[in-house]
Amino acid sequence: MKTQEMLLNVGPQHPSTHGVFRVVLTLDGETVVNATSVPGYLHRGIEKLVESRTYPQVLPYTDRLDYLAGILMNWGYVHAMEQLMEIEVPERAEYIRVIVGELQRIASHLVATGAYAGDVGGLTGFIYCFRDREDIMDMIEMVSGARLTPSYMRIGGVAGDLPDGFLEKCQKFIDYLPTAIEEYNGLITGNEIFQHRTKKVAPITAEKAINMSLSGPILRASGVNYDLRKARPYSIYDRFEFDVPLGSNGDCFDRFYLRILEMTQSARIIRQALAKLPEGPINAKVPKIIKPPAGEVYAETESSKGIMGVYVVSDGSTKPYRVHFRRPSFVNMGHFDELIRGWKIADVIAILGSFDIVLGEVDC
Amino acid sequence: MTVQTISEVKTEIIAKYPQIELSEAGHFFVPVSQLADIMLDLKVSFGFDFLTNLTAVDHVEHFNVVYNLSKTTGPEMLHIITKVDRNEPKVPSMVPIWGGAVWQERETYDLVGIIFTGHPNLKRILLDDNWEDHPLRRDFQWEGGRD
Amino acid sequence: MENIFVNAAGGIRNLLESAGLPGLAVDLIVLTVIFVAILVFVLLNVLWLVYMERKVSAFIQCRIGPNRVGPMGLFQTIADTVKLISKEIIIPKNTNKKLFLLAPVMIFMPPMAVFAVTPFGKGMVALDLNIGVYYFVALASLSTVIIWTAGWTSNNKYSLLGSMRVVAQMVSYEVPLLLSIVGVVLLTGTLNLTGIITSQQSVWFIFLQPLAFLIYLIAAVAETNRTPFDLVEGESEIITGPFTEYSGMGFAFFFLAEYANVLLVSMLASILFLGGWLAPFGLTFIPSWIWLLLKVYLMIFILMWLRWTYPRIRIDQMMAFCWKVLVPLAIVNIFVTGIGKYLYESVRW
Repeated sequence: MKTQEMLLNVGPQHPSTHGVFRVVLTLDGETVVNATSVPGYLHRGIEKLVESRTYPQVLPYTDRLDYLAGILMNWGYVHAMEQLMEIEVPERAEYIRVIVGELQRIASHLVATGAYAGDVGGLTGFIYCFRDREDIMDMIEMVSGARLTPSYMRIGGVAGDLPDGFLEKCQKFIDYLPTAIEEYNGLITGNEIFQHRTKKVAPITAEKAINMSLSGPILRASGVNYDLRKARPYSIYDRFEFDVPLGSNGDCFDRFYLRILEMTQSARIIRQALAKLPEGPINAKVPKIIKPPAGEVYAETESSKGIMGVYVVSDGSTKPYRVHFRRPSFVNMGHFDELIRGWKIADVIAILGSFDIVLGEVDC
Repeated sequence: MTVQTISEVKTEIIAKYPQIELSEAGHFFVPVSQLADIMLDLKVSFGFDFLTNLTAVDHVEHFNVVYNLSKTTGPEMLHIITKVDRNEPKVPSMVPIWGGAVWQERETYDLVGIIFTGHPNLKRILLDDNWEDHPLRRDFQWEGGRD
Repeated sequence: MENIFVNAAGGIRNLLESAGLPGLAVDLIVLTVIFVAILVFVLLNVLWLVYMERKVSAFIQCRIGPNRVGPMGLFQTIADTVKLISKEIIIPKNTNKKLFLLAPVMIFMPPMAVFAVTPFGKGMVALDLNIGVYYFVALASLSTVIIWTAGWTSNNKYSLLGSMRVVAQMVSYEVPLLLSIVGVVLLTGTLNLTGIITSQQSVWFIFLQPLAFLIYLIAAVAETNRTPFDLVEGESEIITGPFTEYSGMGFAFFFLAEYANVLLVSMLASILFLGGWLAPFGLTFIPSWIWLLLKVYLMIFILMWLRWTYPRIRIDQMMAFCWKVLVPLAIVNIFVTGIGKYLYESVRW
């Protein structure tokens, strides 16, 4: 039978492109023959903007990269700056960073899990995840005053100490989390149709994943044990006991389920950090005007989406000469076009959801 | 596999490739002409299988193209810099070695204007296709106000 | 209570006859009154169902649902409808305008036509058609054409994809739907809906034909395009499929027609498998039409429960499920039913 290929433009306005992502699909019936991703609809030129800001002023811009994990983005930047200026961060600040950072990681994974359920058609899972994410948002609001764009980290420490009632609330949430995860597993993970939709869909081999520089849950779902918190512990991650969950098939289901497993591990880290939280200052002795020595540094942290790298070039002035963000979602999406070839339209949405991109990060 | 510290690895690499300059901060300076060969060897012989970061900086008299390599099996990371002539900013593409370079090179081309020879699809990625000039160059001037 | 509607119809008939009208005119007027009553009944139910769906989904999703307009948000659907009426109807360029506007009007026709032959209670049937089941199946498949028309005339690629899915899905799922009903028809030997109900006097067919009921339920979900078979709308994939380009009342019609269809398949399920208006456990003091409504709403609740719990199946999986699982099972069911009936009749114990 003679059939004709059809060009379908998905996005930038589409219910499930997670923002303003656009992909142009060439379809043969429902099957994708070719795909071209067109990012850039949320490009704000952050790397250019920060060239005319002072070093502390760069921080709020990092919130706007991955706006679902603002604190982890802050952390990436301050981590690089602390390496550049060789600042020793006080104990308490490190612990607070770990607690808040892991909370943010859980929040980000909750969005990924919920949105994924929505992507494959089960809106109820979405609401359940967002219900629990709200608790974390409250806590982040408690420490920073903002829900989405906390700007909580500072070069050499954190913006403020933990407020009263935070520790109790955090403990309560950590105790509650296993119940919530049970619920997600019952509603989403265990569902027969959900498993049919995601298992064996778009598998990525370990070699391919490494070659394509994928990172985060996507890389680990393919069975590659590469989590910077373990592989190259930054901050104080070497003091905590936690596992790096790994997938075996690298398919959509593994990528989805890995995030749920990671939430449990994050909760484990928070529990230990809460128990060990020391007293002390929350800021290092940092000069009022930050003037790092001339030079350049590249430092990486593990964000919820993958490896967040920050490259800072300093010329010795108060403004950065060049800042480059290695955004995990952006690099991960490099493999997308190739991956979705040969799958159905419904799978395209499922695969995109399993990548868990945030457009603020992809487009920078 | 014997456990090596990062400095030992670096000494070994320098011993094999005397043309690489090691800066005080521990960064490698690799000449453009040999970049592709050295990078391939770093991947094959030294096990740097993961290209984390790829970007470029405009240093007015020249461009620096920066590569960060790491290993999925260990904590080592290399910071490799290539100086590129400003008038002819051409660098061999890393896509054949690490597929992960595909979007990062497009981004670097888009914003800094480095031309990666051998890239399968070197087009603008973040900016509009009709855009002229590369905004992350130091001599870039935006004319036209806020909108 | 039991005969309130039958008596009302009889009262009108007597009144007209005593006024000396010829028999044909009396029939015509009485039928018109009955049809208008059915129309009102269906529309009121549809409005209620929209509200109910929102409340049920809110209940499942730990939310409150509509609660602002009227007591407990009861008038929410009315407010929404008024809003939709006031909206501009946008007609895309380069389309067949007539067909584009005709589709949302036509979409109510098939379910409404079927309601003419469904019994709402003991003796409460507008037209006691002796081929009622056949009539239902024939008319139900008409929706396919109408939704397809809507998608095709929208001149939108998402609509086109959606309408392709409509054809594939609804035509496929007609087959197991029909085959599952055949089991029931084999047992009763009649296509008359009232006849089917009365032959369930001793035992409901859900107990004699459990497999057929299950197949009917699945196929009915697919027929009404609801999750897990809502590929036609498939919001996260193809926006809203054939209805993407519709705005205002055009969209509202499709939206409301979905609930009319839900009501219809639930009603048919109650009639075919749950004993229709027959009262269980001899609880005959509750009128038959209330029993039917209870059963219908039980079915509707199950459909809503399914919708808000399950994710969406993929198109190839859906087709494979239909042709490789449901159709063979339905045929096996017919076989077993036939053999069982033969044995039962030859042994006659």
